[in-house]
Amino acid sequence: MTLASMKRKYEPRRVHTGPNGERVATSAMIASLEAEGYDSVPAPFGNALVEAARKDDKIVGLSADLAKYTDLHVFANAMPDRFYQMGMAEQLLMSAAAGLAREGFNPFATTYAVFASRRAYDFIAMAIAEENLPVKICCALPGLTTGYGPSHQATEDLAIFRGLPNMTIVDPCDADDILGMVPQIAAHDGPVYSRLPRGKVPSVLTRHKPDYRFELGKAQVIRDGKDVLIISTGFMTMRALDAAVKLEADNIEAAVLHAPTIKPFDTETILAEAGKGGRLVVTAENHTVVGGLGEQVARTLLTNGVTPTFRMIGLPDEFLEAGALPTLHDMYGLTTDKVAAQIKSWL
Amino acid sequence: MTEASRHHATSNVSLAQRAWNIRRKALLMGEVQGQGYIGQALGVADVLAASYFHALEYRSEDPEWEGRDRFLLSIGHYAIALYSVLMEAGILPEDELETYGMDDSRMPMSGMASYTPGMEITGGSLGHGLGIAVGMAMGLKRKSNPAFVYNLMSDGELGEGSTWEAVMSGVQHKLDNLICLVDFNNQQADGPTRDALATGEEEKKWAAFGWHAQRVDGNDLDAVVAAFDAARTTDHPGPRVIIFDTRMCKGVDFLESREITHFVRVEADEWAKALAKLEEGKPQ
Repeated sequence: MTLASMKRKYEPRRVHTGPNGERVATSAMIASLEAEGYDSVPAPFGNALVEAARKDDKIVGLSADLAKYTDLHVFANAMPDRFYQMGMAEQLLMSAAAGLAREGFNPFATTYAVFASRRAYDFIAMAIAEENLPVKICCALPGLTTGYGPSHQATEDLAIFRGLPNMTIVDPCDADDILGMVPQIAAHDGPVYSRLPRGKVPSVLTRHKPDYRFELGKAQVIRDGKDVLIISTGFMTMRALDAAVKLEADNIEAAVLHAPTIKPFDTETILAEAGKGGRLVVTAENHTVVGGLGEQVARTLLTNGVTPTFRMIGLPDEFLEAGALPTLHDMYGLTTDKVAAQIKSWL
Repeated sequence: MTEASRHHATSNVSLAQRAWNIRRKALLMGEVQGQGYIGQALGVADVLAASYFHALEYRSEDPEWEGRDRFLLSIGHYAIALYSVLMEAGILPEDELETYGMDDSRMPMSGMASYTPGMEITGGSLGHGLGIAVGMAMGLKRKSNPAFVYNLMSDGELGEGSTWEAVMSGVQHKLDNLICLVDFNNQQADGPTRDALATGEEEKKWAAFGWHAQRVDGNDLDAVVAAFDAARTTDHPGPRVIIFDTRMCKGVDFLESREITHFVRVEADEWAKALAKLEEGKPQ
């Protein structure tokens, strides 16, 4: 045990308060992501899945005791005979989903990202991915979206699944992405891992680009700018867009290229944008800097001879702290202010 | 039952002869590679003979026929045994026997669905089969398809937690179309299964979870057949398990009496001797 870890464990504490004297508590596990200034959509995943299932009678839903916490309860309530409660058994969840897919069904299996990526990995790899079965694994609490500590913070899920052949990986930003994504992954004839914002999910992308429509496998420029190109995924695209607005005050023009599909990666668009030259290229992701979007972009650029000045924003290679989510996002540099400040410091 | 799917039921080849043929093919494949999980194949041959020539419905010429009973090999390293019975059943061509384990073969050393007709799943990572079987049994019920799902697993797989997740789930979802076959030869990689995690009375454990549970001598064909019949026809409202106590290397006495290990070593000159021994015990 180090001195620092002994202090953390044994030093007495007092109550911390926010700027207005309020107590700063750990966000509840079902809390929605803070997204000031955006409208929100309730349970977009659950509602989109019900819609898709009305058109495709092969769609079934399964959860390992987390239907309520992954918005799958909306589907379970609307179509109870097409929902399977598998109990607190993630290995079984993935195996049974594979079995249903073998019998011709289109299963959507939900749990938390930590449990899919860590506990059930072998079952996803061998029962689902190796056989290229169309199981759609949709997981709440991706990256740093809970203050419950490492047991619930899936900070390396993208790295884990990127190494898995056949797997399509999506990290949607917002409700717009989810509503567009669900019917597209339902139609995809192969395994998918999708991160899942759930609860009240902000609508961000269409605010910045009214004609935005999610396209599986495509990265899309949400806003243009001549000084910086931010390539981002997941909710970090929201933070990147907000940071870009903030940077306008400093006469810094930041473009935001949203890359929600991590695999297969849209190499063409990334190279076209990063290859324009004259811009600092920054990646931003809600994931460890090991093995996620940043390293994917770096590899894409380097192997194609495109070498802009390149920086990465992401979570450190550490087990993260417990606490209130806004505090943690600030601590690890994921807030709008921190992203803007970081980019300014690099210019 | 249709004639096309159960042609074997009217065959005049005895189950004992089928089991003998399965053992012989396994030995011939073992000889090709000079190695293989021959002890398990010889031990489980009677169970496989009863499966494919008594219990299962299938069409040899159409291994993906929708009405077939599904047979999952959770234990990938038993592939040598399943290839033998798939050849015996006419699902795999017998003239490919000598490709076993060779480059470009349809019969790799560990069973994989993408290589072999009749191989329903990719086994080998142990503790996967029963969970997949649960999902397939749920899927068959959704389709109102009356087929059974059989999952053949080893006693060592009783140590995998995922097996027990599936055991509970089979009862939860009332899967009376699911039949689990456990080959209990009391031998896993490091030694006797009983010395590892299987502490005995396995059939009582399955029964306590709500399964229709039987335990029989897996090398007594009459007992094996009776157990299959009971498992298929019981009115128990849930899944069924048959634990087969089998003898590794059954049918080749000098291998049976050798110190039994998970991976039985057979010297280069012993394959012919083993085949000759088997020949002596050929059913009349």
